[in-house]
Amino acid sequence: MSALLEVDGLSKRYRRGGKDFAALDGVSFEIAPGETLALVGPSGSGKSTVARILLRLVVPDAGSIRFNGEELLGLRGGALRARRAKLQMVFQDPLAAFNPRATVAGLIDDPLRIHGIVERAARPRAITALLKRVGLATELAGRRVHEISGGQRQRVAIARALATRPALIVLDEAVSALDVLVRADILSLLAELQRDEGVAYLFISHDLGAVRAIAHRIAIMDGGRIVEQGDAATVIAAPTSATGKALVAATPALPVFPGLPAFKETVS
Amino acid sequence: MTQLLELRGLGVRYKGVAAPALEGVDLDLATGERLAIIGESGSGKSTLARAVAGLLPQTATLQGTIAWPGLDRPASNGRDIGFVFQDPASSLDPVMSVGDQVAEVAHANLDLDWRAARRLAVELLDRVKLPEPAALARAYPHQLSGGQKQRVAIAAAIVARPRLLIADEATSALDTIVQAEIVALIRRLVAEDGMALLFVSHDIALAANLADRIAVFRHGRMVEIATTAELISRPKTDYSRALLAAHLGLDAHAEAST
Repeated sequence: MSALLEVDGLSKRYRRGGKDFAALDGVSFEIAPGETLALVGPSGSGKSTVARILLRLVVPDAGSIRFNGEELLGLRGGALRARRAKLQMVFQDPLAAFNPRATVAGLIDDPLRIHGIVERAARPRAITALLKRVGLATELAGRRVHEISGGQRQRVAIARALATRPALIVLDEAVSALDVLVRADILSLLAELQRDEGVAYLFISHDLGAVRAIAHRIAIMDGGRIVEQGDAATVIAAPTSATGKALVAATPALPVFPGLPAFKETVS
Repeated sequence: MTQLLELRGLGVRYKGVAAPALEGVDLDLATGERLAIIGESGSGKSTLARAVAGLLPQTATLQGTIAWPGLDRPASNGRDIGFVFQDPASSLDPVMSVGDQVAEVAHANLDLDWRAARRLAVELLDRVKLPEPAALARAYPHQLSGGQKQRVAIAAAIVARPRLLIADEATSALDTIVQAEIVALIRRLVAEDGMALLFVSHDIALAANLADRIAVFRHGRMVEIATTAELISRPKTDYSRALLAAHLGLDAHAEAST
């Protein structure tokens, strides 16, 4: 299968405190259509810099990003906007990412309008369909973002990302700030959307437990480099890098008590 | 085992909010016991921690009683209770050296002069495993990493040898590896000093690895309390079961990734 996203040799240096410091040092990875790759690492490992470069918020010093076989770096204006419709993003805190005065319907209408996805007359129906798609009641359409819960806001962010029928969604710590029950629901929703629509995810997280629930492959980052990359089950069962081992060891597990039944974990 | 803390019918209301933040909580904490308070946003878990430490806003109204059977005076924050907050960046003073922030708690609560308090602060920075504690004592919070700042906050919380350490989501803002280090540190300090621990967290697995008992809160009420082994293996309420089911560990999720 040919890759949807090919990131090759991405490097970025910053000056901090008068010293040169490598935020990214030769980062390469690929994502196939419909696949979830998780970028996992401790704070400062460079995973969010990768997301910012994909969004073109940060310009790398070296490297290339090919999306559907086409180089993204260097694209501008309408050409970039057309490609970007297929590459969407969901952040950790959607309240901070949204205009607080916007309504739920208005937020979902933005990408439909900007990218000309559907005719003006058909947009209300498209908004209703997207709300249903992410499990939100259509009555929420007129609410403002501060009037809905954190989990509902993250569903709105996902609906907004889905509006342009993207091939790839970058999820940057997208479930990290959610309550545990809400987080489980959002992970289930993401898995369901991937199954139904074949969207690929770049799932950026420091939480290996959440990664385990959603990723096909894992790339572990530390110090601006990918130190280990492989099939999710293999990386978690037998990490080879020091960072991978430390992350696995540090992820809390429910203790098992002798003589008592272990709690049976179930993921819906 | 002697009783350290007795809560009876504890309720808290915040001004301008119709629903109580906490309602009808009866809870005992024994000397040296490690109790985890688990819940989601709005469960009242942080309100409980703040009520015990006397840190509620003045506009909050309190119902019921908070009693310290072994104390013949009201418990005071710093001397009897050490409190560690979620965000060390906002709980530390940005313009005071970290050594002085630890020393100040010792000076205020232990009848030590500043010289002795500063010496003790360096000892504490060493106890929480900060590198080169004598030099680090002169550093300011912005020069430290998030994990290092939380170690300073813990040093300040325990310097006066409190009977109770309250950690309110003290590891939630840290990455997984640093979180595990801070949990290990709290476990060691509590054991060494015989402190009781109130560990407030949304993470049931993290809590289960640290606590003797777990209390589960929801919408301001305590829905279940049991020993850690009982709660993990035989949860009695649907809500506890749901929280356990939502835990994302590294085992038993094979079906989710296919």
